[in-house]
Amino acid sequence: MGENNKFIVSHAPFWHDGSKISTRNYNMALAALPAILFGVISYGIAALGVISLSISSAIIWEFIYCRVTKRPMTIGDGNAAIIGMLLGMLLPATAPWWFVIIGTFVAILIGKQVFGGIGANPFNPVVVAIAVLMLSWKDVFDFNETLLNYDFDFSMVYPLAALKHFGVSAVDSFSMGDLLMGKQSGAIGSTFGLGLIVGGIYLIIRGIIRWEISISFIAGIIITALIFNLTDPVRYAGPTIHLFAGYTLIGAFFLATEDSSSPVNFIPMLIYGAGAGFLTVLIRNIGVYVDGAIFAILIFNLLNPLIDKIRPKAIGKVVKNA
Amino acid sequence: MIKRSFIGLAKPRLEYGSLEDMPSLKQITTPKEITLLSTCPFDKKNLLFKKKATVKTGQKLLLYKESDEYVVSSVTGQVSSISSYTGDFGQSYTAIAIEVADDEETDDEFKSAAGGSKNASFETIKNFLAFAPGNPPVKLLSDKDKSISTIVVCCADSDLLITTNQYIIKSNIDAIKNGINILKTATGINDIIMVASQSQMHELSSTGEKVNQVNDTYPSALPHLIMKDLLGKVVPAGKNPEDIGVCFISAEAVASIGNAFNSSQIPVTKTLTLVNKDGDKTLVSARIGTPASDIFTAFNITLNENDRIIFGGPMTGSSVYSENHPVQPDTDAIIVQDRDDIPFISDYPCTNCGDCIRVCPANIQINLLVRFLEAGQYEEAADQYDLYSCIECGLCSYVCVSGMPIFQYIRAAKYELDRANTAEAT
Repeated sequence: MGENNKFIVSHAPFWHDGSKISTRNYNMALAALPAILFGVISYGIAALGVISLSISSAIIWEFIYCRVTKRPMTIGDGNAAIIGMLLGMLLPATAPWWFVIIGTFVAILIGKQVFGGIGANPFNPVVVAIAVLMLSWKDVFDFNETLLNYDFDFSMVYPLAALKHFGVSAVDSFSMGDLLMGKQSGAIGSTFGLGLIVGGIYLIIRGIIRWEISISFIAGIIITALIFNLTDPVRYAGPTIHLFAGYTLIGAFFLATEDSSSPVNFIPMLIYGAGAGFLTVLIRNIGVYVDGAIFAILIFNLLNPLIDKIRPKAIGKVVKNA
Repeated sequence: MIKRSFIGLAKPRLEYGSLEDMPSLKQITTPKEITLLSTCPFDKKNLLFKKKATVKTGQKLLLYKESDEYVVSSVTGQVSSISSYTGDFGQSYTAIAIEVADDEETDDEFKSAAGGSKNASFETIKNFLAFAPGNPPVKLLSDKDKSISTIVVCCADSDLLITTNQYIIKSNIDAIKNGINILKTATGINDIIMVASQSQMHELSSTGEKVNQVNDTYPSALPHLIMKDLLGKVVPAGKNPEDIGVCFISAEAVASIGNAFNSSQIPVTKTLTLVNKDGDKTLVSARIGTPASDIFTAFNITLNENDRIIFGGPMTGSSVYSENHPVQPDTDAIIVQDRDDIPFISDYPCTNCGDCIRVCPANIQINLLVRFLEAGQYEEAADQYDLYSCIECGLCSYVCVSGMPIFQYIRAAKYELDRANTAEAT
C-alpha cells in the first residue's frame, strides 16, 4: 500500500443517482422522434432539411456564443440540440433556410444565452423564437399558403385557420382519429398527435417532464373549449379540434414543460398549466391569432416566478408576525 | 450506489441497511500506534502532559489547564506526539499519538470512582465516559441552559449502509438495558424513548421501554425527522433537538455506559461498519484511535490514487485525506470508494428541474436557495429561502441533475453565517 496515495476529498453526499442533463435531453430527443419521423415521412426531404438545419444551426450558434464570450463549451449537454429540434418541429416543411437560421439565432442567443445560459432563461427559448418569427413573418406560418404544393389524401386545410375564418362547420370533416394519426396539415412535428402523446407519456414516466404541467395544460384546453362550445356551438368548436390541432400537444408535452421557465411546486404547476391552456383557447376563440399556444405559454412563462411563490412551508420555519 | 430507476417519476427509495442474521465481528489487533483526536484546539502552553508520558488503557487524560476536556487512552504506551489537526470547516483538533507498549495495563481510576452500577452518578459519567464509543452526549445532558427532559435512544442507524447500532442491539441488549437504567438514575430523566427500525422492534420489546418505530427509508432516522414524525415536536429552523429539551444518544453510547459500569472499565473498542469497494459490509471492532490503514490491511483492501475514504455514511459522512486517519468514538462506518465510482460534481447551473424540491424532506425551495448560495448572498438565503430549515440529509445533491454540490453550499453558508455572527458578537 503506497503511503503517498492522494485521495479524492470531497463533501457529502458521496452518492449520486446518476442523472445528467445530457441524458435528459437525449431522452427528450428520443421522445420527439415519432412525431419528427412522421413529419419527415409526410413532407419528405424538405422537412428533414428543416429539422437538420435547425438542430445544426442551433448547435453552431451555441458554439459561436461560447467561443466569443469565452465561456465553457456547453454544446455537449444537448440543450442547444433540443432547442433546435423543437424549433424545427414547429416550422412548416417549406420554411426557407434563412428563416430557420434566424429562428435558432433568436432561440439560442436572445432566448437563452443573454440571460446566462441553461437554467437562467425566464422564457422557453423555442417559444420566444417562434413568437418573434410569427410576428415578423406571419406568412410563413400560414400553413394553407406554405403547404400549397403538398397534396395528400386528406383535407389540406389548416384546421385552426379554417376554424378561425369559416367557423365550426369548416372543421366538421376532421375526425378525432384523423387528427391523432396526423391527417391534418401543420408544422413538421406538431401534427402527429399519437406520436406526441406517446413521447409525452414516456417523458412523464421517466420523470423528465413534470406531469402536473402537461395534464393541467390539457385539462385547461378541454374545459375552456367545452365552456365556449356549450355557450355557442356554431361559433366555437369543441375540445377535440383544440386538443389535437395546432401546437396544443407539442405545447403540453414539450414547450410548457421546459424546466427553467416553468414552476416546480405542485399547486403552481397546476395553475401554470391550466392557465396556459385556458389562455390558448381564449386567444384562438376571441383573439386575432390563429394559434394561441405560443403566446399563452410565453405569458405564463412571464407569470411563473409569481405563481411559484405559492409554496409549502419549510419545516421549522418561524413565521414572524410583523 | 443506488441509481435513479427507469421510472424517474417515483421518488428515489433509499433503504437503510438492515442486519438479518447475527454477523461475526472481526477484531482488529491493537495497532503499533494510535491517535486520539480531541475537539479542543491545540494549545502548547497549557498542555497538562508531555511527550513520552506513559499512559494506561482506559486512562483519562485531561488536556489543558483550566479546561475539563479530556480523552481516554485506548491502549497502554507512551505519548509519541501532540500536535494540531484541522478537520472540515477549519475545525481544529488536538491530536495525541500514543505508541503502544507490549504489555497492556488497565487504569483503575474509573473503577474506584464508579463503584458498581448501583451507585452510578452523573458526575462519573461526565468525568469518564465522554470519549467512550458512541460519544455519549454528556455535555448536552449537563448543560444547565438546555434543560433536557427527554432522551431519545437511537437504535436505528441514521445513515445508509451503516449497521453499527443494529449490531449493538443484537449483540448486547443487556448492556443497553443496564445503560438505560444508569442514565435514568444518574440524570433523573425518566422520559426515555427508543427509536428503532421495524426489524428491531421484537428485540427491543424486552427492554420494557417505550419503543417508536422509524420508517426504513432514508432520511427518516435523522434527528429532526424523528422529532417531527415520531415525537410530534417540530424543531424550529436553525435550532437543534436539545434546544427544545430532547437529547439524542446512540444505542452504542448507551451500551458503552452500561458496559462501563458493569465491568468497571471504560470501553475502548469502537464497533464500526466497514464497506469495501464492492459494497460488501463487515462489522469491525477496533480500538479507538486505530488508523484506518490497519483496518484496510486486515481486510486486504488496497487503495489507489484518487480513491476515496469516507468516515461515516454515504450521505452525511466526511472524506479524509489520509489512510492513517484514526477511528474516532463516533466513527460508525468507514467506506472505501473506488475512483471509478465517485460521482462527478459540476459547476453547472441549476436548470430548475425540480427534482430536489420533490425529494426535500424539509420543503425548502432549493432551486431558489441555491441561486443565492452560489452568489454568496447568505443573508438573503437565510432570511427568505429557509436556509436554516435544512436538516442536512444530502438528498438534494444526490438527485441533482446538474450535479451541483448543493448540500455543501448549504453547509458552507451556515458556516459562513455562523462565523460572521460570532465576529459580530465579539
